[in-house]
Amino acid sequence: MPSILPLGDPAPSDGLLPAQALDRAADRAFGLYVHIPFCAVRCGYCDFNTYTATELGGGASQDAYATTAVSEVDFAAIVLRNSGLPDRPLSTVFFGGGTPTLLPAEDLARILTAAVGHWGLEPGAEVTTEANPDSVTPASLQVLADAGFTRVSFGMQSAVPHVLKVLDRTHTPSRVPQVVQWARDAGLAVSLDLIYGTPGESLEDWRFSLETALSYQPDHISAYALIVEDGTKLAAQIRRGEVPGIDDDDHADKYELADQLIGAAGLSWYEVSNWSRTPEQACRHNLAYWRGDDWWGIGPGAHSHVGGVRWWNVKHPTAYAGRLAQGLSPAAGRETLDAETRDVERVMLEARLVSGLATSTLGDHGRHAVAGLIADGLVEPPAAFHGKLVLTLKGRLLADAVVRRILPD
Amino acid sequence: MSPMARTAPVPAATDPAIIRNFCIIAHIDHGKSTLADRMLQYTGVVKSRDMKAQYLDRMDIERERGITIKSQAVRMPWELDGTSYALNMIDTPGHVDFTYEVSRSLAACEGAVLLVDAAQGIEAQTLANLYLAMENNLTIIPVLNKIDLPAAQPEKYAAELASLIGGDPDDVLRVSGKTGMGVEVLLDKIVRDLPAPVGDPNAPARAMIFDSVYDTYRGVVTYVRVVDGMLHPRERIQMMSTRATHELLEIGVSSPEPTPSKGLGVGEVGYLITGVKDVRLSKVGDTVTNLAKPATQSLPGYADAKPMVFSGLYPLDGTDYPVLRDALEKLMLNDAALVYEPETSAALGFGFRVGFLGLLHLEITRERLEREYNLDLISTAPNVEYEVTLEDKKVVHVTNPSEYPSGKIAEVREPMVAATILAPNEFVGAIMELCQSRRGVIGGMDYLSEDRVEIRYRLPLAEIVFDFFDILKSKTRGYGSLDWKADGEQVADLVKVDIMLQGEQVDAFSAITHREKAYAYGVMMTGKLRELIPRQQFEVPIQAAIGSRIIARESIRAIRKDVLAKCYGGDISRKRKLLEKQKEGKKRMKMVGRVEVPQEAFIAALTTDESKDKAKK
Repeated sequence: MPSILPLGDPAPSDGLLPAQALDRAADRAFGLYVHIPFCAVRCGYCDFNTYTATELGGGASQDAYATTAVSEVDFAAIVLRNSGLPDRPLSTVFFGGGTPTLLPAEDLARILTAAVGHWGLEPGAEVTTEANPDSVTPASLQVLADAGFTRVSFGMQSAVPHVLKVLDRTHTPSRVPQVVQWARDAGLAVSLDLIYGTPGESLEDWRFSLETALSYQPDHISAYALIVEDGTKLAAQIRRGEVPGIDDDDHADKYELADQLIGAAGLSWYEVSNWSRTPEQACRHNLAYWRGDDWWGIGPGAHSHVGGVRWWNVKHPTAYAGRLAQGLSPAAGRETLDAETRDVERVMLEARLVSGLATSTLGDHGRHAVAGLIADGLVEPPAAFHGKLVLTLKGRLLADAVVRRILPD
Repeated sequence: MSPMARTAPVPAATDPAIIRNFCIIAHIDHGKSTLADRMLQYTGVVKSRDMKAQYLDRMDIERERGITIKSQAVRMPWELDGTSYALNMIDTPGHVDFTYEVSRSLAACEGAVLLVDAAQGIEAQTLANLYLAMENNLTIIPVLNKIDLPAAQPEKYAAELASLIGGDPDDVLRVSGKTGMGVEVLLDKIVRDLPAPVGDPNAPARAMIFDSVYDTYRGVVTYVRVVDGMLHPRERIQMMSTRATHELLEIGVSSPEPTPSKGLGVGEVGYLITGVKDVRLSKVGDTVTNLAKPATQSLPGYADAKPMVFSGLYPLDGTDYPVLRDALEKLMLNDAALVYEPETSAALGFGFRVGFLGLLHLEITRERLEREYNLDLISTAPNVEYEVTLEDKKVVHVTNPSEYPSGKIAEVREPMVAATILAPNEFVGAIMELCQSRRGVIGGMDYLSEDRVEIRYRLPLAEIVFDFFDILKSKTRGYGSLDWKADGEQVADLVKVDIMLQGEQVDAFSAITHREKAYAYGVMMTGKLRELIPRQQFEVPIQAAIGSRIIARESIRAIRKDVLAKCYGGDISRKRKLLEKQKEGKKRMKMVGRVEVPQEAFIAALTTDESKDKAKK
């Protein structure tokens, strides 16, 4: 979650949703995101909404957090029902952070159980938690599996010590294969998160990280280019010249290498930054974001989306807990998208997926852009001839530019 | 020392014997306006409490830059040995671009105060104006100003002035406009030393226009010096160059606010109002006469203002074009030297090709347009006017590189200037090097004093309009000064260099240069553009060419990555807003073929390196 919240309209204190949100709701999957705003150490590149203090007051402490989060789950169930939305079982649940596994596994289980109590789980539902290799044990992973978690995503980031150091990651690389094995033993599917383009990382460093990650045979890999966000420690270090800056060509080289090596290991891309061993092992929660499904985001700073209504919670855990304690919506602001804006978002999001963007849904401007996109090698010609815009490798690296070319000026 | 005059001589009834007409010749910053202010105060025409700093410089830009663009005339009473005199101070423009206007102001005077900063010595433009004054047979009163400054070197510069105009260094007055020291002595000396004007009161009226200013409320205010006869209110007058006639609605003197009078007689200086709205109908240098009893011979020295430097002015936002058009129309009312015509650029859209007297005139005009009319403008690199003779003997005048004929060319002539540079002698080598690199031919060199030199060069105007003065300043650590005047033309080996982006010619970057410099221009411009144009989704070759021959090339590598990797935990709003911002940015791009060129790239590419450095400071 970014440190800057978007500007929107004020959110109503009862959290009730406008009628627009109900439209065709039964056709959309429903998911839950749970934000855990705690970390043992704040990483230098991170601008997410997370705190290292173990004792934030007012129901915001780590000890009390599960209880506070459950109170928003309860609030969500009431709001959705009172807004007239149909009861839908959870299709996906995703615990992110921060470091969710910094909380006792029992706390995560308790939040999940509360959600399942309200909505139930779809058969074959995907329930993921992010985890830091430092903060899991065989026992804690087993507790999660027993509670209904199906998947764990480890923040491996790199296999190279000097890269991990620049990222302020505290785990030792050798711990990763161990935690992967423990997760497998507990019956959990495994994803590994990698970051490329860290200052000081060579192409060979990155190759080593990729090969190491692939040697653990994960079901899923996410590879994100490092983004230097304003206000982070890393941004300051670059500004002061203490570490080298970010180079887009270096990022492009590393993305191409990632696609090559991950592909050779038998995984395929399904979204610009995500690869899975089989289509079924794609992260469905992630796909829900790109497909415009509904989800409720629990936790300070968390974002939600229901039927074209987007809202986001207050950022600070203490303020967040305070709102819920008073029975008020923790939302800080929201926006209700009109048809045109929803269409812009749809193009922006679906263009990133291997399932592609249907040309039949585009306006004149977008359809006229297709020939140029084929000529410039940005979309796959056969798919385009069958009515889908699917990005080529070059196109994935220029996805934002492709979107700008498709959308009217 | 004289007291303030008890009675002031009445306009239209003043004996020429008690009139003194003078101007102050000084360099920018040498304190002319401060001294003038002090005179206004000591003669009592401006009460001390009404004193605004630099009373005569009315325009904001003038006050901020500390220079006088438009001159005015003020009538001040001064008493000496029991007689009240009428002193007319004619405030001359202080810059190289306005030499003609200066010459007309000088022609309206019998004497000049040569004002020089006691810490800096004389500068090239002052020297040039001093020559003009001496050619007009003006009596010169040399004065060192700012003698209260710790850095003042009055002995050194008094000797310099004495050697220039003849006379004894001890006769050089020493004043401080700031403290007022010596100003009364100067006023006395003006009365004593300057000759009274001479004219025939019974001859047909002849008055010379030395300035013409547009006033929103009163129309054109014309400043004149009467040479012969007399002008009265309500008479019909005639402009001798154009034969245009007007009714004299009002006549008067400035002291310093306009004060109507019963007329103006021999030797008097004042203003005329006829109700005309365009300064072109009241041209500087022209002779005003009485229609009923016209003079047969106009006063000598009249010339049309001739633009020397041309630049395309384009609104940054194309929808501002009508605003720019109206603004130029208004500025023209007050600036007879300004000429313009509409122009279209493939790269920059609709704009105007505007002719100026020189680079400062360009800068001031551009600044006024931006400030007074709230416009953001791109100005293309300044050009001079070339005369191109084709092989079929057809002659084309080119002020814009994109109009350069593509056919067979027999001969190209370019305007030349006679330049005078003053600097401490330690910089002579650097100056000669600079002038030679600009195709200059040395005309002579003289020592003004032990360590200050005057160097004369004949140079192509095109070589000094772009960055010459900035470089001269930096090579002489700020001590060098420059003056120039038109000096005919010469045949030169000139070529047009085109700049192409992905094979598309960009007219705004074309330049006419000497053949030997074409390569350097090509390398400089292609290199600059490579830095300034963002990477595109395809490789963009940048080429410089003379005709079909490529003389320099660069290329902008294709961008390889333009994608935001993550979705920020479902914060789609943020991603969408980023997209909207990117799309907004795209709107500000100019398309050259398929290449998106930011406006900033045009501005930066057309800006000289020196002025960029200045902006950084």
